[in-house]
Amino acid sequence: MMTEVVYNLAYIVLIACCGMCLYRIGRGPTAPDRAVAIDILGIVVVCFTAIVSLQTGKAYYLNVGIAWAILSFIGAIALAKHLEGKGFDE
Amino acid sequence: MNSVLGMVILFIGLLFNVLGCVGLIRLPDVYNRLQAATKCVTLGTCIVLISVAVHAGGESVPTVLKCLLCVAFILITSPTAAHALARGAHASGVKLWKKSVVDKYAEDQEPGIREET
Repeated sequence: MMTEVVYNLAYIVLIACCGMCLYRIGRGPTAPDRAVAIDILGIVVVCFTAIVSLQTGKAYYLNVGIAWAILSFIGAIALAKHLEGKGFDE
Repeated sequence: MNSVLGMVILFIGLLFNVLGCVGLIRLPDVYNRLQAATKCVTLGTCIVLISVAVHAGGESVPTVLKCLLCVAFILITSPTAAHALARGAHASGVKLWKKSVVDKYAEDQEPGIREET
């Protein structure tokens, strides 16, 4: 019972974090602001999958987190290269 | 015992996450936001993953190994992505905040200054 309250509190906190990142993605005055917020959102989602794994007791949600971290990293690198004005293979 | 310790570590990590995201909202320009958000959120997520590993304890070895793999991966990739994003932001011509005092990267880019020194 107590642990369920703790998990729900953790979900609320993480949804607030995602909301702040989405605010910056929508509002951000320049393109690099949005790219930074997308990178941070990816890491916050990894944290989310960790807590889902903790609540359900299933280890495979952590696989989702690892895959999400890899894809978020590749996306951030691609956005950075695009901002720098280069192709992905330079 | 493990579960109480895990909860405490979990909330320390969530506190770091929230402070990083507040920095993402409140700070004035791209570089300040990048340094606040990247460092705080990386540390917070690593602490949350360690708390999941502490919860599992010795009962579930795959969970612990996956958590440690995820921590190692995030600790490697997140600073790399932040560095690349900062370079990209600088190259795309985003100005610094007006109260920022030093821009060593731009000074290194200008050849005249480097030849004089």
